[in-house]
Amino acid sequence: MLSLIAAELAIFTIFVVAYLFYIGKSLTGPLPKDVLELPIFATICLLSSSLTIHAAVSALRKGSVLAFKVWWFATMALGLIFLGETAREWHHLIHDKGLTISTNLFGTIYYSLVGLHAFHVTVGLICIAVAMVLAALGKIKQEHGERADVFSLYWHFVDAVWIVVFTVVYVIGR
Amino acid sequence: MATESIALTNARGVPRPIGTILHDWVTTVDHKKLGILYILYALVFLVIGGIEASIMRIQLIIPHNHFVSPQVFNRMFTMHGTTMIFFVAMPILFGFGNYLIPLMIGARDMAFPRLNAFSFWLTAFGGLLLYFSFIGGNGLYGAGNAPDVGWFAYAPLTATIFSPGHSTDFWTLSLLVSGIGSIGTAINILATIVCLRCPGMTLGKMPLLAWLNLVMSAMVLLAISPLTAAQIMLSLDRFLGAHFFDTQAGGSAVLWMHFFWIFGHPEVYVLVIPAFAFVSEIIPVFSRKPIFGYPVMVAATVAIGFVSLSVWAHHMFTVGMNSYANSFFALTTMAVGVPTGIKIFNWIGTMWGGKLIFKTPMLFCMAFLFQFLIAGLTGIMLSAAPFNWQLSASYFVVAHFHYVIVGSILFAIFGAFYYWFPKMSGRMYNETLGKWHFWLFLIGFHLTFDFMHIPGLLGMPRRIYTYEPGLGWDVWNLICTIGVFFQIAGTLVFVGNLLWSCFKGKPAGNDPWDAWTLEWSTSSPPMEYNFAKIPVVKSRRPLWDIKHPEDPDWKYE
Repeated sequence: MLSLIAAELAIFTIFVVAYLFYIGKSLTGPLPKDVLELPIFATICLLSSSLTIHAAVSALRKGSVLAFKVWWFATMALGLIFLGETAREWHHLIHDKGLTISTNLFGTIYYSLVGLHAFHVTVGLICIAVAMVLAALGKIKQEHGERADVFSLYWHFVDAVWIVVFTVVYVIGR
Repeated sequence: MATESIALTNARGVPRPIGTILHDWVTTVDHKKLGILYILYALVFLVIGGIEASIMRIQLIIPHNHFVSPQVFNRMFTMHGTTMIFFVAMPILFGFGNYLIPLMIGARDMAFPRLNAFSFWLTAFGGLLLYFSFIGGNGLYGAGNAPDVGWFAYAPLTATIFSPGHSTDFWTLSLLVSGIGSIGTAINILATIVCLRCPGMTLGKMPLLAWLNLVMSAMVLLAISPLTAAQIMLSLDRFLGAHFFDTQAGGSAVLWMHFFWIFGHPEVYVLVIPAFAFVSEIIPVFSRKPIFGYPVMVAATVAIGFVSLSVWAHHMFTVGMNSYANSFFALTTMAVGVPTGIKIFNWIGTMWGGKLIFKTPMLFCMAFLFQFLIAGLTGIMLSAAPFNWQLSASYFVVAHFHYVIVGSILFAIFGAFYYWFPKMSGRMYNETLGKWHFWLFLIGFHLTFDFMHIPGLLGMPRRIYTYEPGLGWDVWNLICTIGVFFQIAGTLVFVGNLLWSCFKGKPAGNDPWDAWTLEWSTSSPPMEYNFAKIPVVKSRRPLWDIKHPEDPDWKYE
């Protein structure tokens, strides 16, 4: 999993470099300062999901499956809220502001970087949902703690990348 | 110990229906079968890529030749480059890695057998996707066409206006798919080497092949991923109208160059490090001496791994970077020469005073040493930015990198082939035919690529489909093309030898070379579980310890 994260990190690095390189190079509007708002609520949700997944994994390691289910579900809910917020933001940008991936350079880099991250969140959520179904069927026990732990590495990575994306897109890029 | 062979009833001799055999191979998760699949798959593409190269050389044999049209020529060099790098060199090296690493470190399989199969099939379908462009390139109506944008596919050539139809889409997608396969294999190799070594095998006692593949896999993670990212961007540009590499909307063509070469140059080392690995295993056995300077070899490899990640823009001196960037990349490029030179000295040190045995694998390795040295020297020449301005994109560059890829990597692969063929098939190859292959290929290689430097110095650019007579290039091009026929003859001997020996060769026994690493302690070909009992090692040459209990290595290491 650490190797996979290294590879993913390289992919994100390339996209972030492209983003930084193209900041302020758009030839036409709309520009980021006109349309972007800080997604504070979504960020809080996603970052706190790191805490809940940690709580879930340590609960499972101690053998309390019920606590695991509760925290795991909380993680899934927080991830879903984050995705929903992203969807709302994109809907606002596309529908109200007329910004799509082909409108200008800003649209290109914004949708691809945020989209790449959202794609990773989606993959993570699918994994979480599968584990949730298994847990509901009573198939998850204490000995699966290590697997959950390995998966949580991926989730933490996705959260950490969001901090970078947030900084680049909403702080530096605006 | 590891040499214990247990007599189990072998399936051999009992004929099985062809359907069952095919089903076995298609659904296998055994690292040895997957390794062989990788290698066979790569050999098929080697022949295809070779045919494409031959078509180009025949076109260039005389000025104003009309063997193929300019359009076909463009497709040929694109397909030749892409095929040889992504669907020959990478899979064949992964194949050997897959086959050998678990055997060498005393493991029963790779860490993730199913991921292994998944990666292989991704790579395989990536190759099919690329070649499907010949019939589907225009979108399944009329005559198709293959990508013709060059293997590094510079923007804006890849933009939809300049590459209409789907040929470039096939190129992008096939590299995306096979790139994900490569990342999967690299993760697998890393996890296998880190987690599955047999008892006693510390990192310092691991065979060099495993060490070098470890470094290679780490590089794959850091080098292939940028290519994957760049291909995603290119797909977004082509399918969704994004503007990453669209200069009309403020995008940058130079950014694609950077992204491509951030992948492209480490890729050379991704390919050459496993070639080093083969040489580091073969030379000691045929010199009857342990490898000279083992820790230094490991350190040099790791150093190459690090430094080669920061040399990519030496492909871009003519783009017009500032003088600081030029100096930086010239210096880092020259710096790679230092650890590489250390390696060459260590191989020579291993041979020095040894009892050399000139079997085919050793011949290929010795040719490798010489040719890799020349390739390195022309590399140092090209790393000097002003010299590069003169010769960039000329036939001198083509000659240089073919010296690396054919003269070094392919020669090492052929050596590895002959060396491990007895282990994989259980039969010996024909030594006479092997020597014929070696000499024919050596002569052909030198005729083609030695003389290719000269038209480059005389100003012949690469990728031209024809040229004017009287520029002083005619005779050199003629010689280059004649060399190709020698190489074809050599390859035919190789394939013939391979097929014949596979069915009619003499049984090889477990250890035909009197070698020292663990793969030779098990049967040839090995059982599905590799080792009846997981071996325990005490030194870098476990089989030496078993064969010479009075004078074992571990007393001295």
